[in-house]
Amino acid sequence: MDETELRSRVSALLQEHPPESTERLDFLHARFDAGLAWVHFPEGLGGLGLPRGRQPIVEKAFYQAGAPDNDPRRIGIGLGMAAPTILAFGTEEQKQRYLRPLWCGEEVWCQLFSEPGAGSDLAGLSSRAMLDGDTWIVNGQKVWTSSAHIADRAIMIARTDPDQPKHAGLSYFILDMHDPGVEVRPLRQITGEAEFNEVFLTDARIPDSDRLGEVGEGWKVANATLSNERVAIGGGAFPREFGMVMNVAETWRTRPELRTPETHERLLRGWIDTEVARITATRLRQKLAAGVPGPEGSAMKLSFARINQQLSALEVDLLADDGLRYESWEMRRPTRVDFFGKDAGYRYLRAKGNSIEGGTSEVLRNVVSERILGLPTEHRVDKDVPWKDLPR
Amino acid sequence: MTLTPPAEVDLLADDVETDLRASVRKVLDKHAPPDRLNGLYDGTDDVSGPLWSAFVELGLPGLLVPESLGGAGASAREAGAVLEEIGRAAAPSPYLTSSVVATTVLVALGDETILPSLASGEQTAALLVRPTARQHGAAALTTVGLPADVLLLPEGDALYAVRGATVTPVGSLDMTRPLATVDLDGAERMLVAEDASAAIDAGLLMGAGLLAAEQVGVARWALETTIGYLKERRQFGRVVGGFQALKHRLADLYAEVEQADAAARYAAATLATGDADAPIAVAVAAAFCSEAAVHAAEEAIQLHGGIGMTWEHPAHLHLKRAKADALLLGSAEAHRAALAVLVDLPAPS
Repeated sequence: MDETELRSRVSALLQEHPPESTERLDFLHARFDAGLAWVHFPEGLGGLGLPRGRQPIVEKAFYQAGAPDNDPRRIGIGLGMAAPTILAFGTEEQKQRYLRPLWCGEEVWCQLFSEPGAGSDLAGLSSRAMLDGDTWIVNGQKVWTSSAHIADRAIMIARTDPDQPKHAGLSYFILDMHDPGVEVRPLRQITGEAEFNEVFLTDARIPDSDRLGEVGEGWKVANATLSNERVAIGGGAFPREFGMVMNVAETWRTRPELRTPETHERLLRGWIDTEVARITATRLRQKLAAGVPGPEGSAMKLSFARINQQLSALEVDLLADDGLRYESWEMRRPTRVDFFGKDAGYRYLRAKGNSIEGGTSEVLRNVVSERILGLPTEHRVDKDVPWKDLPR
Repeated sequence: MTLTPPAEVDLLADDVETDLRASVRKVLDKHAPPDRLNGLYDGTDDVSGPLWSAFVELGLPGLLVPESLGGAGASAREAGAVLEEIGRAAAPSPYLTSSVVATTVLVALGDETILPSLASGEQTAALLVRPTARQHGAAALTTVGLPADVLLLPEGDALYAVRGATVTPVGSLDMTRPLATVDLDGAERMLVAEDASAAIDAGLLMGAGLLAAEQVGVARWALETTIGYLKERRQFGRVVGGFQALKHRLADLYAEVEQADAAARYAAATLATGDADAPIAVAVAAAFCSEAAVHAAEEAIQLHGGIGMTWEHPAHLHLKRAKADALLLGSAEAHRAALAVLVDLPAPS
């Protein structure tokens, strides 16, 4: 299908379902059924089997026509992580059942991977799923779950065979977050708010038909999910002077009385680092578009974490007296991360998480040095030992 | 003041660039292998002459000269690829000074008398500038064995071509690009242009932007050589590259070098198309790549351990080149100061 045909398909949909006189959800359903939700997905599942690069054409056309969207930031985990995993490993029934309400935003998804005892060592997790007839009974605790308090479904990994070494004993499930065995509690963080949750699983029930991939294949399926996360983090398009440097530059320009030689040097270094990150991300996108595999994704995240931390610290220092303000420590539960419209102190504190979430900078340095540079891997004494025999 | 928008440019190498890079590397491997470069410090230079002849044979001196004057009419992207390879080898060559800086000045002035001999490589030229200044001064950049045939002397707004000056090499921190003092007494001078200030700025901008590519080459050599060594060197019964303290330093260095590469490519691409963003792109690349190259070369010395401190190992050649490059045509600090003006982040008054 060429670009013209794709555009006429969009026009046809807009004629049949004029946005101004169509209910939002009806419109989204129709868009999904016309294959115009995510064009790189297969036909019948919201797509047309086209290259991913065609998606912006569709998005732009609907945006210009004033059509409602599916509020992608609210359902980011579903779109970015659950959907590609279901597409890659789901049965036909699972794809038919889950993808449409996921894309239309009728069902919000969250991700139940990390545990209090399994952060960097995710494969060592201990949440246990035991088969009872054709139902899995799950017990354990998950942590750092964004959107859990508004989620309807979760992608989850749990241990199904403790006698196997840690990577081999895991399975991957789709969990109904409304199950009575699921309890969600806010996890308050150093900013005062609770962006994330703890999820307690007590005899939560999952039908075997909601297992994704084979029993014992959970690690393989989880890696597919995580690689999608890395693409999402590394491959963005950024304008000049984006992110943390924006606020600092604005303050610098509007409040000359705050300027000092040392903050000037830090600002210029931060501006340059941000611009170089922009160029590097642009090149990464060009490589992906040209089909050249770009290993820079993990390295990009390392850089972003450092830049965010340095610039948010600079902002507090530059503001001097005003840098000490913190408007409110009230416990809030935001549904999306928003760095801006808050005090500099908030950004300083929140940015500390950037080198921890989605892979700590220390783990990422292992990933870069082992997988890209080919240096020897860390000693893994626990790799071939049955999980139940590992010291804990 | 509104911020200049970034240019939309291709940051990937095309086939022409890849082929060019391979030919240049082959020539450098043959004529400037690391074990011959120490001679530059010991007063025996059997590298510069044959290397320049090989460059001439490949047509490299004329890359930035229009075809009508005997050049190749290529762009800053190709010249950047050549310089990256020169940096990787830490090779002595008048390429930057003659084929990039002096050539760009003369092209901007529409010169037709000197350029043909620079394009063919029969002669080399050097702009008379203080090495660290972005403005003109009193010393020249030359290469041992190859004193520039023509010196371009800025005086006020005018530019003169000087021949027959007394050029005295001085001992330099980096003997792969040594400095010289110039005595103009009795030299013959010829007016090239009454008002050459814009052309000189263009030459220095091109020089600083493409020096960043050379710095990427220096940094890549340091990174790759260090990784190679740490995969072989054994202590405590294991390959030392397996120690996390070293792995993590190399992971950070890898990220830095990749970013330097992207920044230098962006600068070369904006210079190639004459994009309005070139001054910002050059300031960013020059400031970032200067420090990345020095950092990479310093890491190479430290992570090689004792062997890195020896005269025998080539790491010292790259450290000296990186340190000298970091001051050449403006320090990182000077480029940050230039950027501050370009992006409206003025210094405290």
